[in-house]
Amino acid sequence: MHELSVCEALLTQVRATAQANGAAGVGRITVHLGPLSGVEPDLLAQAFTVARNGPMTAQASLVIETQPVRIRCRDCGNENEAPTNRLLCAACESFRVDLISGDELLLARVELQGVSDPPNPSTDSKASPDHV
Amino acid sequence: MCETCGCSIPDHHHPTPADEHTVEVLTGLMDANDHAAGHNREHFNRTGTLVINLMSSPGSGKTQLLERTAQALKDRLSMAVIEGDLETENDAKRLREQGIRAHQIATGSACHLDAHLIHKALHDFPLEMDGQTTDILFIENVGNLVCPAAFDLGQHINVVLLSTTEGDDKPAKYPVMFRAADLVVISKADLLPYMDGFDVERAERSLRGLGVETPVLTAAAGRETDIAAWIEWLETQLTEHRRQDEKAASVA
Repeated sequence: MHELSVCEALLTQVRATAQANGAAGVGRITVHLGPLSGVEPDLLAQAFTVARNGPMTAQASLVIETQPVRIRCRDCGNENEAPTNRLLCAACESFRVDLISGDELLLARVELQGVSDPPNPSTDSKASPDHV
Repeated sequence: MCETCGCSIPDHHHPTPADEHTVEVLTGLMDANDHAAGHNREHFNRTGTLVINLMSSPGSGKTQLLERTAQALKDRLSMAVIEGDLETENDAKRLREQGIRAHQIATGSACHLDAHLIHKALHDFPLEMDGQTTDILFIENVGNLVCPAAFDLGQHINVVLLSTTEGDDKPAKYPVMFRAADLVVISKADLLPYMDGFDVERAERSLRGLGVETPVLTAAAGRETDIAAWIEWLETQLTEHRRQDEKAASVA
């Protein structure tokens, strides 16, 4: 059960983001999670209820958006969704495949509360998805 | 009393839409660990040490394989081991008895090593001593097929052991761990004649099912030792690593 370590890392990032934006607190936290990240959504949600107790995040909630496992075949170019332990091309059965999605472990969005001075989007590169 | 929700918390405040603000972040949750792992890797590259993270379930023969590896290599090159276990110095002691340097990390209740633990260990366990460097460092991770896979330590290579006393469908059961492997070693291969349930080909098929081309080799480190393929693989990696090191040095 390493989800508590992951959750503590998540909250450290969330608090840093809140602080950098002059927020008083944090509302909804959205993470992108792929089944091949090695993190269980249910365990992460459980760990979150324990780990959030601290400055700025005590009232925060966690939204987990799971991503599908998708692969692209290096032999025939086919793309398909796949179960986590059968990553074979659906067209030609090849195991020579690249993972397109499914191993994400990302902090996607943080809803900030009580922002005294919202940051200027042109100077805050992290606030704009175009810069990522 | 709060006028919005009627609760009894004094000064309860409901944010109005105006002071709510969502920021897009899109950074990896493991960024702090990965950053520390990057530092470790830089350090390993400076000392010219090839670092291998050894992972498997408990009891699959990691320490025994390292004991035999030490016997085979210690006269030719300098080898060291960092051991990760929840408790005891037992494994580090076993390796010191083979005449190599070993450092034990007792993780307490933590089920995995992380980059910060390795960084801390390196302060007590320098890779350069008396002008001599360490050629190859093994990090024997906590016996666990789940958690260690998520944490980069700064290693150059991940090796996962699968012993013949386990099920040959372990790759299908633990896809994240086996996908992280750069090499899978089927350990306790001397027991194959007695293990009706384990078939090397089936294990390999189970691994291929994860969409990976990871090489597989067998090793026996018990009474009937045969680690020739493993030693040959290690020496190839070491040569390749040194070649890349020299290339990087000539570019810099």
